[in-house]
Amino acid sequence: MAVKPSSPWERLLLFLLFLVLAALALFPFYCLVLGSLKPSKELLRLGLNVRLQPELLSFDNYQFLFSESARKYLLWYRNSVVVTVVYTAGCLLLSSMVGYGLAVYRFFGRNLIFVAVLFVMMVPVEIIMLPLYKLMINLRMIDTFRGIILPFIVAPLPIFFFRQYASGLPKDFLDAGRIDGCSEYGIFFRIMLPLMAPAFGAMAILQALASWNSFVWPMIVLKTNEMLTLPIGLASLLTPYGNNYDILIAGSVLAIVPILIIFVFFQRYFVSGLTVGGVKG
Amino acid sequence: MKEGPKQAGAAKQLFYSQRVAPYVFVLPFILSFLIFFAYPVVSTILMSFQEVLPGQTRFIGFDNYERLWNDSFFTALKNNTRYTIWTLLILIPLPLVLAVFLNSKAMRWSGFFRSALFIPTLTSVVVAGTIFRLIFGQTDLAVMNMLRHAFGFETINWLADSTTGMFVLVVLATWRYAGINLIYFLSGLQTIPQDLYESAEIDGANRWNRFWRITVPLLKPVTIYVITISIYGGYAMFTESYMLWSGNHSPNDIGLTMLGYIYRSGIEKNELGFGSSIGLTLLAIMLVINIIQLKFFGLFKKEED
Repeated sequence: MAVKPSSPWERLLLFLLFLVLAALALFPFYCLVLGSLKPSKELLRLGLNVRLQPELLSFDNYQFLFSESARKYLLWYRNSVVVTVVYTAGCLLLSSMVGYGLAVYRFFGRNLIFVAVLFVMMVPVEIIMLPLYKLMINLRMIDTFRGIILPFIVAPLPIFFFRQYASGLPKDFLDAGRIDGCSEYGIFFRIMLPLMAPAFGAMAILQALASWNSFVWPMIVLKTNEMLTLPIGLASLLTPYGNNYDILIAGSVLAIVPILIIFVFFQRYFVSGLTVGGVKG
Repeated sequence: MKEGPKQAGAAKQLFYSQRVAPYVFVLPFILSFLIFFAYPVVSTILMSFQEVLPGQTRFIGFDNYERLWNDSFFTALKNNTRYTIWTLLILIPLPLVLAVFLNSKAMRWSGFFRSALFIPTLTSVVVAGTIFRLIFGQTDLAVMNMLRHAFGFETINWLADSTTGMFVLVVLATWRYAGINLIYFLSGLQTIPQDLYESAEIDGANRWNRFWRITVPLLKPVTIYVITISIYGGYAMFTESYMLWSGNHSPNDIGLTMLGYIYRSGIEKNELGFGSSIGLTLLAIMLVINIIQLKFFGLFKKEED
């Protein structure tokens, strides 16, 4: 904001301030990783502390994660991967179709549908949690992956985003495609979809992150231990007796690893995906 | 995708016609909207006036809404309101000021700082809750109690008391959301033209004035957006409390939230009708607060002009 560079002292002070803030932001991760390397009994008895205690550190908890007695953990991990991949792929395909349809065509009911999209965006999901739960019971989708995926697979925010993006695509391609004898769907899949690749990048990351971390709805739908996704499984380990802290702590570390890797490589997509609503505001 | 329309059946021809294609594209939304949105909304409104028992439901008028007048409801409402107020007081001004600093050209390592502050947003509430629960553990050696010792205070059980429990929730929220709000404000700052600052400087405005007269007013759309989602998020908070108190039942309900109350009534006790009335009341509260907020900022604007 400052047009003229401020004094060196001010700059140093600011730099130190942000260094402290960054340390505070990363400190809980340090605690978690350190805790995951200590015996879980120690953790339960003494609480999570910052003392290094090199003599206690080992990868035992991680080894335990891959042992037969922690089989459920790997199962939850697999479930989360399956749900995230299926949900994200389905959501992107369907939402891009709807967003594209709203952006490119003029048809009866178009505005009404767009208003409905905005309306869904404004009502918090939590409000319709109970009737949706009842619906899942009636549709026999309780304790299934379909039950967690289907109700939210056509998501309003990606529709909104794809609509914005598709509005900016040149209409000439549409006519050119028609003249060449492409069907309307051929134009979408062969010409327009590749042009929307950046939008797909941003939305893929946003939706995958939301699905990987999602908690309340899967907790309501999933019942049996083998069906749980990672967050629900980890949360189920939090008993007052703390007998599962080894899986909980090391398992939490492994739960954030894929997100961090994706973040490092696709940082700009995170920012453009997450600020969809903000810049419009 | 060339096809001979003459050979194709009438249905196929219709499917490929330019007039029907738009409806095929938006069909997923129409289906999803009707089944998973419109139907549940209507159903929850109806249920809120019903007693829903397995196999039989009957209308009981406003009984469910009258039952809302009880301690649990007010505890939950109070908890969410306190949480929302604290998160608004911290998570709007702090990220805004930090964004202004990070956006300045003189700032070194700004990319790194932005990422470091943003990373907590990526963690799920489950993982974040697990970490904070342990950091705020009740043992002498747990991180935050050790910090207390350093300042000469004794060990406390953070989660046993409603004030310190709320403190933990707010610290957790600050850690998780400061980074994303910072990103919102940064993207807002990038839309402010630099020459505004340059001409203000020529006119002799100091940095303080430039911040209040240019930055703050021009960030208003982003700020209103962040306030709106913070109010929704604050009143919909549930998982944080669920993780800290390992479940939906904290001592004296100090961690009970509106959503936790819906979950308890509707799913744990299977009272779908009563649960629906809580949900709709929550929606009404969120809407009223946000309408007041938007009105307030709307009026604010007129005064400035």
